[in-house]
Amino acid sequence: MSIRTPLANVRGLGSAKDGTHHWWMQRVTSIALVPLMLWFIFAMLRYSRAEYEVFQHWLSNPINAGLMVTFLFAVFYHAKLGMQVIYEDYVRPEWVMYLALLVTQFVLFLLGAISIISVLKIALA
Amino acid sequence: MAQFKLPANSVIGKGKTYYAGAGAKNVRRFQIYRWDPDSGENPRMDTYEVDLAACGPMVLDALLKIKNEIDPTLTLRRSCREGVCGSCAMNIDGTNTLACTKAIADVSGEIKIYPLPHMPVIKDLVPDLTHFYAQYTSIKPWLQAETPPPARERLQSKEDRAKLDGLYECILCACCSTSCPSYWWNGERYLGPSILLQAYRWIVDSRDEFTGERLDDLEDPFRLYRCHTIMNCTKTCPKHLNPAKAIAEIKKLMVERR
Repeated sequence: MSIRTPLANVRGLGSAKDGTHHWWMQRVTSIALVPLMLWFIFAMLRYSRAEYEVFQHWLSNPINAGLMVTFLFAVFYHAKLGMQVIYEDYVRPEWVMYLALLVTQFVLFLLGAISIISVLKIALA
Repeated sequence: MAQFKLPANSVIGKGKTYYAGAGAKNVRRFQIYRWDPDSGENPRMDTYEVDLAACGPMVLDALLKIKNEIDPTLTLRRSCREGVCGSCAMNIDGTNTLACTKAIADVSGEIKIYPLPHMPVIKDLVPDLTHFYAQYTSIKPWLQAETPPPARERLQSKEDRAKLDGLYECILCACCSTSCPSYWWNGERYLGPSILLQAYRWIVDSRDEFTGERLDDLEDPFRLYRCHTIMNCTKTCPKHLNPAKAIAEIKKLMVERR
């Protein structure tokens, strides 16, 4: 039990002086993902039935490989930012929220690393 | 997880029905949330039949008629009865609004009335706004300046004064904040649309010299950035203001000053 004034409760530990970068990067990645997602869907539809050599040749073009890496980076970064907000909003108690956040960040980073290394491996083969 | 289900002692039961007399000409049914902290019972919905032939046009008129003539135990806040004081904010027909400016004729069927959502209830339609008012205090809602006041008033151009339109009209009724899901789940730390609109009212005031400090205080993942542009605030505001836009303007300033 603690007797504090309502204003002390509101002020709490003060402002974190943070949050703008998170908010801004969420906007930047979502805007970037509009053309990148269209490009990705278009490419996948076009090459989904192609021979491996044809696709490998397409992906070894630096522009295509670059777009693919940028797309994957934006997807996983955006997912990390978005999932963090959902956990902070809804998941309680706090230790479960932090655990979920840690596991999700690790998994998303790992998936991002695996996909980007795979793209580079195919592109540079 | 955030608590989405009502706790057992908040589940609403069926209450009493107060029938209109035989002479009633134009009967309308009002279902009203009742909770008495002294009774130890769960909240209930009481039904009142009101003869609109002998009642004013607004929901507040009907509530006062019920209190004066049918059931004096009904508890609610009201003061100005003309949409200026914000006291009679409540949830009417599923929307937070002011009982004094909501016409009975604008609602079809039975009129359901609850207190403002997701706030502690003191009694019946009276919510506890202590935390909400403390949040208002925390944004220092007064003009701050280091320059000593001039002999007459602090001057403001007509253009700068116009920037306060759509902000100064806020009456702090809390309709918007209590309609915001982000405020429901994280109201302890998120300031909510009403307080953020008030904060912006001082941020954008050309006479204030503490704009940077005000932005510093708001720059926080919870105080400001729990706003996810859900827009319930703007939809429900009984004064037709746009808190969502005020919050967006604060976010723009946060980026601009980097």
